[in-house]
Amino acid sequence: MENLEEVLKSHKLTNDEYQNILKIMGREPNLLEIKIFSSMWSEHCSYKSSKKYLNGFPTKAPWVIQGPGENAGVIDVGDGIAAVFKMESHNHPSFIEPYQGAATGVGGILRDVFTMGARPVANMNSLRFGNIVNNDKISKHQRYLVRGVVAGIGDYGNCMGVPTIGGECSFEECYNGNILVNAFTLGLAKTDEIFYGLAEGIGNPVIYVGSKTGRDGLGGAVMASDSFSEENKSLRPTVQVGDPFAEKLLLEACLELFKYDYIVGIQDMGAAGLTSSSFEMAGRSGSGMTMHLDRVPAREEGMEPFEFMLSESQERMLICAKSGYEEKVLEIFRKWDLDAEVIGEVTNSGNMELFWHGERVADIPVLPVGEEAPIYDRPVKKPTYLDEIAKISIDDFEKVDNQEAFDNLFARPEVVDKSWISEQYDSMVQTNTIKNSGSLDASAIRIKESGKALSMSSDCNPRYNYIDPFGGAAAAVMESGRNVAMSGARPKAITDCLNYGNPENPEIMWQFAQGCYGIKEACKALNTPVVSGNVSLYNETDGEGIYPTPAIAMVGVNDDANKTLPSAFQNENSPIYLIGETKSDFGGSLYLKKVYKKVGGILPKIDYEQELKLWELVIEANRQDLLYCAKDINVGGLVIALAKMSCVGDIGSTCRANMKDGRDIFSESFSRAIVEVKDEKSFKKLASKIGIKVEKIGNTTPKREFVCDDVSADLDELKDIYFHKFSQIIEQDI
Amino acid sequence: MKVVVAVFPGTNCEIDTKYAFEKIGASVELVFHKSDKLPNDTDLVVLPGGFSYGDYLRSAAISKFSPIMSTVIKFANSGGRVLGICNGFQMLLETKLLPGAMKRNQKTHFISKYQHLKVINNNNQFLSKLKVGDILNIPIAHGEGNFFISDDEIKKLYDKEQVLLEYCDELGNEENPNGSISSIACLCNAKKNVFGLMPHPERAIEAILGSNDGVKMLEGFLE
Repeated sequence: MENLEEVLKSHKLTNDEYQNILKIMGREPNLLEIKIFSSMWSEHCSYKSSKKYLNGFPTKAPWVIQGPGENAGVIDVGDGIAAVFKMESHNHPSFIEPYQGAATGVGGILRDVFTMGARPVANMNSLRFGNIVNNDKISKHQRYLVRGVVAGIGDYGNCMGVPTIGGECSFEECYNGNILVNAFTLGLAKTDEIFYGLAEGIGNPVIYVGSKTGRDGLGGAVMASDSFSEENKSLRPTVQVGDPFAEKLLLEACLELFKYDYIVGIQDMGAAGLTSSSFEMAGRSGSGMTMHLDRVPAREEGMEPFEFMLSESQERMLICAKSGYEEKVLEIFRKWDLDAEVIGEVTNSGNMELFWHGERVADIPVLPVGEEAPIYDRPVKKPTYLDEIAKISIDDFEKVDNQEAFDNLFARPEVVDKSWISEQYDSMVQTNTIKNSGSLDASAIRIKESGKALSMSSDCNPRYNYIDPFGGAAAAVMESGRNVAMSGARPKAITDCLNYGNPENPEIMWQFAQGCYGIKEACKALNTPVVSGNVSLYNETDGEGIYPTPAIAMVGVNDDANKTLPSAFQNENSPIYLIGETKSDFGGSLYLKKVYKKVGGILPKIDYEQELKLWELVIEANRQDLLYCAKDINVGGLVIALAKMSCVGDIGSTCRANMKDGRDIFSESFSRAIVEVKDEKSFKKLASKIGIKVEKIGNTTPKREFVCDDVSADLDELKDIYFHKFSQIIEQDI
Repeated sequence: MKVVVAVFPGTNCEIDTKYAFEKIGASVELVFHKSDKLPNDTDLVVLPGGFSYGDYLRSAAISKFSPIMSTVIKFANSGGRVLGICNGFQMLLETKLLPGAMKRNQKTHFISKYQHLKVINNNNQFLSKLKVGDILNIPIAHGEGNFFISDDEIKKLYDKEQVLLEYCDELGNEENPNGSISSIACLCNAKKNVFGLMPHPERAIEAILGSNDGVKMLEGFLE
């Protein structure tokens, strides 16, 4: 090939990788074949930098039906019902084009779930933006991104009729040049009716269904495997355009299809489009496949074979049907006014053979593309900043009055209610939502068929991960589990979305490795395996990486939906208890960041046994009907958690924390919670049986007042800040 | 009571609507939009919420051309009872079964939340189980719920007892989430057999979900 070097460079293939391609092919590849290798071996599709570390995750438990490797993970939630869930990133597209980027992120994760035979019943999202509060160019742009991303997520999920019930959103300067948009979907299926992304059986037809293929999203997978810089701001054409209406039709058609026994397997066309779906489906059985690209429904004329193979047009699926049932399958999709064409069949050649008007234009062995995909063991090096920032402590600075610190922290966008966001999401469609965004901690839906409830929570504290990539990742697992437990549900399994910087930088690679080790340790200790997940690397702009951000979404089961525990105060004059031990833990805290403008220190001690005892106490106390509400303590410490519980519950409270150091009401020690107790005697007895410290710190009151030690506020004024601050910030430009 | 729920491409509240009406004891049949027939024993047709045809052109602008709609219009014109919820309300406006038009929400973006409503008139079957002045708490979820009609027309609507619900706060004071003229949330036709509202009574039928104020509304049709 002429200009080989240039071709390889523009397809982001190394010379070693090209040599491997030559070996696999036994000849020189043509340009179409190079493009296919380039996509399949992109970081986004091949996980080549991350695979080494992901392989160590705990993935098994008696309730796990399907772990990582499929379109989504599956767990048994009782009564013959399975929960199918996964989280995925759409960071790069959302930064380039926030509305479409976020919308198609939601569309993609929905397809990952319903392709497995599950009806999606809940969405969540984990969003990270830069600084939104200032009056400068950066903040203005960030506010624009927030508005675009939120509208994109809302319009897609709303149109699909899938409630968006929760998530998290925080703000940190490190995301000024690279925001994070992670979308989570959970669906329900019958345990014995799960569908997989499999193509097998010689002569079985390969059917393309859904929207037509256009030129949008060409090379998206390769784009998502690169860093941002001034040069690639013109990448907008690589962002796909979403059509939630088409996806809604696709969902209904697929669910109708799944009622019959017409198909062998099905997979959505996500990153790298038809290329990855066909190679993965054939690869899972070791089969070969022929595909006639001229039969693929096209949105415009003049498209070339490589465009059909690499387009990331949305709302498309690839099906391997049982021979003889082609017409039945096509009929269902036509009923829903969707395109559906038989484009090829399964063969025993072991090769992917692509045809264009009868001429064979590519012929690639399927298995080696997956099996011999590069696995990198990239160099790692502990970042130099870590030792430096570890020394930072609140004692280095002048003491600040608690009231002043509270007023500062409580009005932060990270703390206040974000219903400006969540009210743009239909959270109530499907009539199952018991707890949604704004009700604090985990979100929960009931399962009509079984009377059980599923709780879910997505969490990650980027500051913790910056000061301690191992502990921060473990803490994210603990926090997501804690939130789920606070609703009375037992945490079962996680999905993750690992957002990191450029893996070619050894310090970033070290962060990633440590994050994986942290997740592995925590998931093992807490017995909550990883069932699915996604890695997003190259989250950096002009060499500036984001804080490590391993978003963790935990799913748990509550045997009785009617016993879903709220997280805000429910009654006046009931006792408030603090569970767990509070130390002077300010490493990575909101206090250190907002009062002293520092991100540093060392992370609080992780004690999984203590964490499990906390879960057990709240779950069991709720089962015995001893509690009115429970909320975990995290960002901003005890006093911020109490203030939120008063605001959301619209009930005053008075507490005396009796901390060793008065400032410890802002400490972020792990494994703690606040509970409003119904039956003190039985609660204390249960706590001592389980062996965890509980302490009465105050009461809810009939007064319109919030008091915690030397911090006090009028409840209505506090509520005004809590419920209105965010919209004031975000709408200031419009 | 036999309730027929019409399903358009993009409808997404048909299962919730079926569940709610079955919960109050009705028998419910879903009918796909490509059919032009309603079962003979139909007592009530519900046009449910969702995004028919994606609402890409204008909410409900395309669905009025579906085969089922001409049958629903005939059914209504011969006195049959029709209830349009959210996107279904928009369909009733597009087909002129109800007067007025819908604009984008005043603040332009989608709003999903619990919203209080005040009963303005109960001299009709839909709200017959409620009293004038009752305050209800019912979810809303829409992007185009800003109801508009001319000043002349609006007076007529009130005079003819066609305005059934207005948005309000929990005490019944004015609170308008979407900019609707006169805070109108629900109306009926002059013959009082066609009802349309933006809020979702079918989502407020169990206390565990936050409210069961929708039960009394739907039960009005049982008699």
